[in-house]
Amino acid sequence: MAVRRLAVSHETGAVERVIASFRAVTGDEGVSVGLAVREQHGRDESVHRCRPPDVVVFPRSVEEVSGLAKICHHHRLPIIPFGTGTGLEGGVGALKGGVCFSLRKMDQVLDLHQEDSDVTVEPGVTRKGLNAYLRDTGLWFPVDPGADASLCGMAATSASGTNAVRYGTMRENVMNLEVVLADGTVLHTAGKGRRPRKTSAGYNITNLFVGSEGTLGIITKATLRLYGIPESMVSAVCSFPSVQSAVDSTVQILQAGVPIARIEFLDDVMINACNRFNNLSYAVAPTLFLEFHGSSKSMEEQVSVTEEITRENGGSDFAWAEDEETRGRLWKARHDAWYAAQALRPGCKAYSTDVCVPISLLPQIIVETKEDLIRNRLTGPIAGHVGDGNFHCLMVLDPNDLDEVQRVHAFTERLARRALEMDGTCTGEHGVGLGKRDLLREEVGPLTIEVMQGIKATLDPKNLMNPGKVL
Amino acid sequence: MSARVLVGVKRVIDYAVKIRVKPDHTGVVTDGVKHSMNPFCEIAVEEAVKLKEKKLVKEVVAVSCGPQQAQGKEIDLQIISNKRMTVGFILQETIRTALAMGADRGIHVEVSGKDYETLGPLQVSKILAALAKKEEANLIILGKQAIDDDCNQTGQMTAALLDWPQGTFASEVTMDRDMLKVVREIDGGLETIKIKMPAVLTADLRLNTPRYATLPNIMKAKKKKITTVKPGDLGVDVSSRLEVLNVEEPPQRLAGVKVETVDDLVGKLKEAGKI
Repeated sequence: MAVRRLAVSHETGAVERVIASFRAVTGDEGVSVGLAVREQHGRDESVHRCRPPDVVVFPRSVEEVSGLAKICHHHRLPIIPFGTGTGLEGGVGALKGGVCFSLRKMDQVLDLHQEDSDVTVEPGVTRKGLNAYLRDTGLWFPVDPGADASLCGMAATSASGTNAVRYGTMRENVMNLEVVLADGTVLHTAGKGRRPRKTSAGYNITNLFVGSEGTLGIITKATLRLYGIPESMVSAVCSFPSVQSAVDSTVQILQAGVPIARIEFLDDVMINACNRFNNLSYAVAPTLFLEFHGSSKSMEEQVSVTEEITRENGGSDFAWAEDEETRGRLWKARHDAWYAAQALRPGCKAYSTDVCVPISLLPQIIVETKEDLIRNRLTGPIAGHVGDGNFHCLMVLDPNDLDEVQRVHAFTERLARRALEMDGTCTGEHGVGLGKRDLLREEVGPLTIEVMQGIKATLDPKNLMNPGKVL
Repeated sequence: MSARVLVGVKRVIDYAVKIRVKPDHTGVVTDGVKHSMNPFCEIAVEEAVKLKEKKLVKEVVAVSCGPQQAQGKEIDLQIISNKRMTVGFILQETIRTALAMGADRGIHVEVSGKDYETLGPLQVSKILAALAKKEEANLIILGKQAIDDDCNQTGQMTAALLDWPQGTFASEVTMDRDMLKVVREIDGGLETIKIKMPAVLTADLRLNTPRYATLPNIMKAKKKKITTVKPGDLGVDVSSRLEVLNVEEPPQRLAGVKVETVDDLVGKLKEAGKI
């Protein structure tokens, strides 16, 4: 098969020599130019089309990552780090070709410190993999973006999820990173092996890399904060007569100081899709899915305070479950929302919007957004982490209907700008990736963009790290 | 019903670990490799604890066979930074996990060295039978098989030694006084049987979803009692009648070959002696 020419000099054998030097680092099995493998590493779970790299390498250690990066740096080859390919913003597309660093062979859980509740993981360790590993220790890593994503990938995209309202996002839970820069330098952002609970030492380089989406360096280790598995978990569902009342309840539950672990909003369109997909029978109305974590004694108080608030806001059918199986069924509906939405119109693709606003403005933005959807005849069931003011419209569209594609695109731009007008952000958790670079500029302003570009130029002067993303 | 349940739990290599065969082909690499409770044993513990929560049994006793830790105290799980070591749980930790899930006390049957390496279903079933008599248990719940040897024999042998009825591959268990209704997963579908206690059950995958051990329960488990006994005290001889001759990895999968025409395909199949 043909290998697209890499951005190296045009001498014959230059491409072969680069590949040969990759093989010298990783061994023969660590380099692939097969078309299927390259295509697999050129797409994620977004709507952006596949942009395969020229070659995929599979390093087994940070030394190999550094060695490969040095070769790429010497030959000016773009470097695209790849975790599990579960991103939603096209972050892994190799726009300028180059070398995809698939990190899946680095899959060890290192350095678990039970009493300090911290653990260090390599990029091949996924969220569910880590929690399965930890299951006998009474600890878990609660950040849950839905997909079984690479934890280092989650750090790279500053992922969040249904639990953020109680446990925070990756920003709050990454204590230290080992990063390889474009020139092969290995960096320990908080100092090698360090894991104090808090620090005032110097610039916060760890959080600089969290959310950098592979544009500043390749994350090869992440030290994460762990939490105790809650003694008791109770899930509840409540439907509401209107979006406003559901969101008002959310705001009041948080203001009441209930340490709620998950508070998810599904609109009527989404509930209908979930019912059909999973054979459930919820009332087709705006609905809140709630989850409480804590000691068995505190459960009663949390649930009763919450039930009262929902009742005062016109909520009905407040149902709750404590046993694992029923709770699993309740939450399966929410986690399958992506597939349930797509199943509404088989053959269509799904695209998720992702804005976040201050919680007090959430009712307004959701109501305005739903009106926009209806006015423009778009299928966009809404699911959201309303406890953070973050919601997703799961746009279901026929990629061959160019008019619809255009309407969806215009809608998402309007939605992002609506959020920006309300002191919010154009991306709550999915990242900027390929499609939101202009919105980022609008969001932070040209001066801050210049600062970001300055940092990028310092850490990656040749612009080899995932070019074409974020900035 | 004042039943006492004995639950057997086995410490095995964790299901997520990539198994490697030792260079001398005598077995698989176990040093430094993560171990945990056999998943079917977790299901067995969960079922026993559920029965206790429903007040159908009064005590759950977790039993495991294996070596005593060298210094006689639990290994601290702290790992020195940068040392690439996966977390190793020693046998007592397997029993402690069962205690954290809700078992009341534990029994550690000490089997070390060569005896531990060759310990198999026949010896374990003799041990469990002896313990069942000693502890006056009315019910033994085991996992249907261990994920390291896949023997699927211990439950059946234990029942035979005790001359107790058995409900194996259980996917649903209902207790009514001294009768057990067991729904079993069999090749043809589901079979429902009724057996009288005392009896042996082995747990299949769909029997339940085991609970996680939470930190508070792990703390409480440290105070629960684990007694140690030797097989000799139970009158059991653990010497093995089996000898492992060789352990090998499955053969490497060969690459496929693409052919251009049907004639080529037929030719290749003939070459390989397939037709």
